[in-house]
Amino acid sequence: MSTHESAVQAAHAHGAPQGFIRKWVFSLDHKVIGLQYYFLALVAVFVGMFLSLLMRIHLIWPTVALPLLGDIKPETYLTLVTMHGTIMVFFVLTTAPQGGFGNYFLPIQIGAPDMAFPVLNMLSFWTTLVGFIVMIAAFFVAGGAPLHGWTGYAPLSAVQSTGPGEGLGADLWIISIAIFCIGALMGALNFITTTLDMRAKGMTMMRMPLTVWAWFVTAILGLLAFGVLLSAGILLLMDRNLGTSFYVPLITVNGQLTGHKGGSPLLWQHLFWFFGHPEVYIAILPAMGLASQLLSVFSRKPIFGYKAMVYAILGIGFLGFMVWGHHMFMSGMSPYTAFAFSIMTMGIGVPSAIKTFNWLGTIWGGRIRFDSPMLFAIGFVSLFVSGGISGPFLAQPVLDIQLHDTYFVPGHFHLIMGVASIFGIFAATYYWFPKMFGRMMNESLARWHFWFSFIGTYAIFMPMHYLGMAGMPRRYSQMTEVGYLLDLIPLQKFITYAAFITIAGQLIFLVNLFWSMFKGKKAVDNPWEATTLEWTTATPPPHDNFGGHTPVVHNGPYEYGVPGAPRDYVMQTDPEIEPAH
Amino acid sequence: MGLVLLAVIWLITFISTYFFIAKTWWLPVGASAAAAGIDHHFTTTFILMGIVFVAAQVALGYLVWSFRDRGNPAKVSYSHGNTTLEIVWTVLTTILFVGLNLTSSSIWASERFRPAAADSVQVEVTGMQFAWYFRYPGPDGKFGATNPELEDASAGGEAALGLDTKDPASKDDVVSGVMVVPVNREIEVILRAHDVIHSFFIPQMRFKQDAVPGLAIHMHFTPIQTGEYEILCAELCGLGHYKMHGIVRVVTPEEFDKWLAAREAEKL
Repeated sequence: MSTHESAVQAAHAHGAPQGFIRKWVFSLDHKVIGLQYYFLALVAVFVGMFLSLLMRIHLIWPTVALPLLGDIKPETYLTLVTMHGTIMVFFVLTTAPQGGFGNYFLPIQIGAPDMAFPVLNMLSFWTTLVGFIVMIAAFFVAGGAPLHGWTGYAPLSAVQSTGPGEGLGADLWIISIAIFCIGALMGALNFITTTLDMRAKGMTMMRMPLTVWAWFVTAILGLLAFGVLLSAGILLLMDRNLGTSFYVPLITVNGQLTGHKGGSPLLWQHLFWFFGHPEVYIAILPAMGLASQLLSVFSRKPIFGYKAMVYAILGIGFLGFMVWGHHMFMSGMSPYTAFAFSIMTMGIGVPSAIKTFNWLGTIWGGRIRFDSPMLFAIGFVSLFVSGGISGPFLAQPVLDIQLHDTYFVPGHFHLIMGVASIFGIFAATYYWFPKMFGRMMNESLARWHFWFSFIGTYAIFMPMHYLGMAGMPRRYSQMTEVGYLLDLIPLQKFITYAAFITIAGQLIFLVNLFWSMFKGKKAVDNPWEATTLEWTTATPPPHDNFGGHTPVVHNGPYEYGVPGAPRDYVMQTDPEIEPAH
Repeated sequence: MGLVLLAVIWLITFISTYFFIAKTWWLPVGASAAAAGIDHHFTTTFILMGIVFVAAQVALGYLVWSFRDRGNPAKVSYSHGNTTLEIVWTVLTTILFVGLNLTSSSIWASERFRPAAADSVQVEVTGMQFAWYFRYPGPDGKFGATNPELEDASAGGEAALGLDTKDPASKDDVVSGVMVVPVNREIEVILRAHDVIHSFFIPQMRFKQDAVPGLAIHMHFTPIQTGEYEILCAELCGLGHYKMHGIVRVVTPEEFDKWLAAREAEKL
């Protein structure tokens, strides 16, 4: 076995590149590719956040001309909604945790010199980048970006005459997502193969850090989900341009027949959500793995229930494919199927709850250090609970009657899939920055950033639950046309003000990131006194990760506070300790 | 730092919970027969999830404060977990979540599995960018044929629906821009859409259902309180989504008969 593994690793070793282009642009090094993904996500998150800022301004001051956009047409708001959601989901929440940190640290944490397929890895990044450029291009074509929402429900998305932006802009939107899917599929293959084939000697599956488990299962979800979305997108493109009718029945738009007949609008929803729900876990699983990791590191205590955590990740991944119909309780799908989807959805709450219990069990009896990565990990747990607790409301069809497509839904998914995942990205940045750049980030700026983000995001998204209960529908650009919505405007104003403050807080992060890259305090190789393999190597790691030798693993990933050990942590490469009880 | 975290997490938890308990913003008052059952189940879910929410956040805040690093390395407890505890909380959450789900199933079944009663009032509701139209079958109890080629959205009314006047059954059909229904009678709604997906949402009736082009979706609800209620579109349908607004007027049976008779008389 070990001979086989080292043979596999030797086959994948490649010499360090010399020129700038091969080293930093068309790099085969998973670490450089990880950074490329990370900075792509960083650009995307600021674009996405800027769009949300414009949305918040337009919602409460509908007549104010917006920066860069000028006078607001009714469709502009929906364009912002669509592009904000799409950019955030694909190019931030899928890109940074998996493509960014997964790429950089998965091979190092399992003791591999690189990904299994370095060329494929490079291609997957460049494919993703092209996807992003095509997406942004949709803003600049005639008619502008599409207005059909990130879910792109047909026939709105399938027929060009249904609205402005549904022309070339919508085509580019679909093409961009299709390109993204291809990149994500290549990445998923690479992650799975690497995890299965490239582990160092002694790195058994049950010694893998929970981050690796999370990236591994996320890759499997990606492999199964993105293929479906890719196919669905191609069919949509054909409906729009080649006269097919996969998703479009006989309809008239503004009294005019469209020439389509016989298609099913619900087919798109089934295909989309078959991807769309696993996508939620693609966004959050890496953050869950990371939170597990950090709570253990900074509590100086082994993770509580490692095996239960692994089974919970697998359980979430498995059940994640059986719950998509909970997005469709009000869609006209057979009401009997709602029973099954509802039970499965409530069921997926169980492994999520297990994880929460185990996180609390991990800090229980610990010796907590409040470094910035830990603050964001604690914030993650809090947000995960708050965002998760509204799930059982939406998972029950009878309550979904009232709450579906109201602000309750964005309140729910922003807290859990958006902000909790982003807290995972922040925690990962503060935690691994020293390894990636050889310098520490500024701790006081990091703390300010944490308080702005933690309090700010609660102030934005908690009130959305109130709005939803009061019956405020999503994706309304103005609240002036419905009598009872007028009463809710003050609460919307509060949310906008909270968004201003929270977004201002993100500039602190940006400053800290770039300032620390060049001016931060020099980092030692293992600043957090952590046990996993990335902390055994140089800072930043050399091209082949471990400088010519291959680590041999003797211990599990979370050996902190081991009685009788010379220091309060035992590295995975240290001599084997007595089996834990 | 531990104490500040505790304070902030607890404060966020209590403030959030306060606005839920004070019902500062809450479900609009229900006006249909189903509302009481749905609201009751909402409250049950709210109480159970509220307890879990507060307990988890309070515990998190307490633990980060209580187990902060006090500079004594001997104090840490070395443990890899506890299988009994894992089994206990797995079983408890399963019972809570699945149990909650099963208790609500009968309400869902009565709302969606059962067809409308034979004596219900039939109203066909059609959504199009960006208006709702309501059609009553008239004295013959039959909806007449419609033809997409006859549709004229800008003309409104019957023309917007493309009502085929050659069909005898369509002669007495009443088309209205306002939905008028009698109180305490079951209303059978037949939902259609011309162009894209819309969603027929009456918050006070606890009623929401997508209107899907190509489908005629049969649903029912029973208003129990007279008055005017706003109808919204809840599914993104294009640039005028926010103003795709309608009114349902719930009136006494006498008023309803009178209104319908007057509209039918206009047709003759």
